[in-house]
Amino acid sequence: MNIRKILDTVKKPFGKGEKFEKYAPAVNAFDTFLFVPNHTTKHGAHIRDAVDLKRTMITVILALLPALFYGIYNTGFQYYSQLDTSFTTIDAIIHGSIKIVPMIAVSYIVGLAIEFAFAIYRGHEVNEGYLVTGLLIPMIMPVDIPLWMVGLSVAFAVLIGKEAFGGTGMNILNPALTARAFAFFAYPTYMSGNKVWVSEASNIDGVSGETILGMLASGESTIPYDVSQMFYGAIPGSIAETSTLMVVIGAFILIFTGVGSWRIMLGSVIGAAVTGLLFNLWGANELMNFSWFNHLIVGGFAFGVVFMATDPVSAAQTTKGKWIYGILVGLFCILIRVFNPAYPEGVMLAILLMNVFAPTIDHYVIESNIKKRLNRKLNSNLNVA
Amino acid sequence: MINLRSILQQIIMSNDIQIKNGLTINLKGAPENIVKKASFPKSVSINPLNFHLITPKLVVKVGDKVKMGDVVFYSKKNPEIKFCSPVSGTISDIVRGAKRKILEILIDSDNNQNIKKHKISKIDSYLRNDVLDLLLNSGCWPFIKQRPYDIIANPNDTPKSIFISAVSSAPIAADIEIILNDQKEEFKAGLNVLNKLTDGDLNVCIEKNHNSFIQEIDNISIHNVSGLHPAGNVGVQIHHIDPVNSGEKVWILGAEDVAIIGKLFLTGIYEPTRTIAVSGPPVKYPQYYKTIVGSKLSNIISDAGISANDNLRFINGDVLTGYSVDKDSYLGFYNNTLSVLREGNHYRMFGWIPFINNKVPSIYKTSFSWLFSNKKYDLDTNLNGEERALVVTGEMEDVFPMDIFPMQLLKECMSGNIEKMENLGIYEVAPEDFALIDYSSSSKIEAQKIIREGLDLMVSEVG
Repeated sequence: MNIRKILDTVKKPFGKGEKFEKYAPAVNAFDTFLFVPNHTTKHGAHIRDAVDLKRTMITVILALLPALFYGIYNTGFQYYSQLDTSFTTIDAIIHGSIKIVPMIAVSYIVGLAIEFAFAIYRGHEVNEGYLVTGLLIPMIMPVDIPLWMVGLSVAFAVLIGKEAFGGTGMNILNPALTARAFAFFAYPTYMSGNKVWVSEASNIDGVSGETILGMLASGESTIPYDVSQMFYGAIPGSIAETSTLMVVIGAFILIFTGVGSWRIMLGSVIGAAVTGLLFNLWGANELMNFSWFNHLIVGGFAFGVVFMATDPVSAAQTTKGKWIYGILVGLFCILIRVFNPAYPEGVMLAILLMNVFAPTIDHYVIESNIKKRLNRKLNSNLNVA
Repeated sequence: MINLRSILQQIIMSNDIQIKNGLTINLKGAPENIVKKASFPKSVSINPLNFHLITPKLVVKVGDKVKMGDVVFYSKKNPEIKFCSPVSGTISDIVRGAKRKILEILIDSDNNQNIKKHKISKIDSYLRNDVLDLLLNSGCWPFIKQRPYDIIANPNDTPKSIFISAVSSAPIAADIEIILNDQKEEFKAGLNVLNKLTDGDLNVCIEKNHNSFIQEIDNISIHNVSGLHPAGNVGVQIHHIDPVNSGEKVWILGAEDVAIIGKLFLTGIYEPTRTIAVSGPPVKYPQYYKTIVGSKLSNIISDAGISANDNLRFINGDVLTGYSVDKDSYLGFYNNTLSVLREGNHYRMFGWIPFINNKVPSIYKTSFSWLFSNKKYDLDTNLNGEERALVVTGEMEDVFPMDIFPMQLLKECMSGNIEKMENLGIYEVAPEDFALIDYSSSSKIEAQKIIREGLDLMVSEVG
C-alpha cells in the first residue's frame, strides 16, 4: 500500500478546493491506471460488474497485438526481400520496430496530449477510447509516411473527428479512419502508388512494392502471390492490415470476450462475399474476376471489418441495425474496389460512408419498434370497443 | 385440424414465459429455508420516502397514542389514501429534513397492543366500492401500485388487469413460496378480494416446474415463468402477457402483501407482518425472520450473526434495486429482503486489467469467472471503475428482456423528450427493470436513477 500513500500525497494539491483542482483529470488518469479507485455505488444497483471502459479498451488492444507484431515483422520482411540479401527474422523485427515504434509513440503523444487538454478544459475524466484509436492509426498507415504526417493526421482526427462533436461517445466517424482519410486526401503521394507500401521502396529503384489491389486496378492479371501468402500476410500493404490470420485471431478474442460485435463482422463478410460472388459472375474487369474469397483476405478488408467497423460509437447501435450496417459495409467495400480504380482499397471509404448512414439505419429500426407499439395500442382500443 | 392444433398450442404457450436476455448473479449468503420469529420491535418507523411522489399530511403529533391500524398520515393530493400505524404505541418522534420535509415517523410500541378492528362480512358479498373503502380506510391501499410509473395506484382508476409476481429471481432475494408458506389461506382470500377490483385478468406468475400451492387456486390466470433474472420482475411479466399501452393502467402487488389484504378481510385487522430474508455475503446465518413492516433493523441483525463493527452496507430490498440504510435504521414498507454487503471503498492495484482479478465476475469474458459458472461470489459495493461516456452498445439489450430499446430510452429520459419517451415505451418500464443495466454497464451509468427521473417527468407532464 506504499505506492498508494505516495500517490495520495502527490494528488493532494489536485484535490477538491485545492490549488490545482482544474488539472485533476490529468493526475486521475494516471492514478486510475495504477489502481481501480475506491469509489462505491451511490445510486441504483449496489453491486457492479468487473468490466469498465479501461478493461474493454485493453481487450481491444490485446486483440490488436497479433496483427501489430506481424506487421512489424512483415515491414522488415518486405524491406529485406526487395534488397535480395539474406536476413533473419530478428533482422526483420528490428527493422520493423525502428520504423513503427516511433509512429506509435507520435500517435499516442499527440493524441493523448489533446485528450488530456480537452479533459481539463471540459472538466471530465480522460476517456480511455484513445488508447485504441492511438494504436490503430499507425497500424493502418503506409510504413514510409513521415512522422509529422502521423502527428498531423492524429491531431485532425481527434480535434475535428472527435472533440468537435462533443468528445468520446459523440463522434459520427471512426477517429482512426478519419486520420487515415485525412492523410489519404491531404498527402496522396505518400498514401498510394507502388512505392509507399514497402519500407524504403522509394529510395531503391526498380523494385515495385505495389499492393495486390493496386495491381489489379491497373489491369495486371497475374498476381505474384498465392492464396496462402495473402492469408498469412507476407504481402505489401498498410502496416498491420496484411495478415488475415492475425486479424482472425484478433476477431476471435473480440468475439469470445464479447467486446466486439460479431454481428457486424459476420454481416460484413456475408455482404462482401455475396457482392464479390456476383461480380465474379459478371467478370468485366480484373477486380471483378478476382475471386470473392481472395477479396476477403487481401487489402484492409479483414482488418477494417474486425477493428474499425465494429467501433461501437460510430457503428449502428441496434441489433438489427448492426446486421444491416455490416452487410452494407461489405457490399460497399467491394463495390468501391471494383468500380473506382482510383481507390483500389474500398474498405476505408465503405466504413466511413456507413458511419454516416448508421444513425439513419438505427432510425428506421427504432421507427419499426415504435410503429409496432402504436399498432398494439390501436388493436387494444379496438378490442375494448 | 392443423390450425386448431396451432391455436391450442398458442393458448398453452401463452401462459409460459421464458427469459433469455438476463443475468443470474451468484452471490454468497443466500437465505436458507429457516423462518425465525423476531422479538417484538420496541420501535417502528413509517418512512414517507417509501411512497414515491406522496406528500404526507400528518394527523398525529409527537406524544400521541395510536392503535395498530390508526391513521398516521394521508396523501395530500389524494386524501383517501391513508397510511396507518403497524403497531400500537406512542408517536415518539417525527424526523424532518430540509424545508421541514418529513423523513420518518417513529412509534414506540407497547406490548399489549390496542387494535383497531374494521367491520367485515363475507368476501363474496362485497361490491367493488366496499372493497375500495375497506382497503383505503385500513391502510392497505399503499400495497397496490400501478404501472405505468411504479407509484401507488389511484383508487379512481379501473385497471385493465392486476399482476402479482410470485417469482424471485433477483440475487439472494427472499423466496416468495417460503414467505407465503404459513399464510396460504390469507393469500387466497386476498386474491378473491383483488378479483373484485378489475374486469380483466388477475394474473399470478409462478416459477415453472415448481410445485406451488398457487397452481390449485381458482379464478386467477396463472403464468409459468422460467429463465434468468429479471424473470421475476413484474414489469417484465406484464410486458410479455398484457403490455401497458399509453392511457392504460395495470395494478401490481407484492405476493406477501396480498396475504396482508386477505388477513384484513378475514379478521378485520390491518396487521402488516413481514417475513424478511436477511441475506448477503457478510451474513453468518442468512435466514428468514417474521417481524413487522418498519421494525428496527437491530432487532434482527445481531441475531443473524452480522458484526456491527464491520464496514457494511445495509440495503432495504435486494442488492440490485434496494436502497441503503444505516444499521440503526428501520425496515421499509415494501421490501421482503434485507441485503447486507461489504463496503468496497478500497483501492485495487491494476484491478482493471483483464484476467487478473477473478474475484469479481463479469458479463464479458474478461476474467476467468466464466469458467466457474456455479461459483458464488462475495461482491462488495465497489464501482469497479469510474463513470464514463456511453461507448459500448448492445450490452444493455443483453440483460433487458423487453421489446424496447433501453439505451435509446435512457438517452431520451436524460434529454427529457416526452414524446420520444412515450414512443419508446416509457409506460412499460420501472426503474427495477433497468437494475441489470446498472450492474453490467461498462460506462457505470445510473440507469435506474435516470428512468426514475424520466417517469417522474412523465407523471408531472402527462399524469
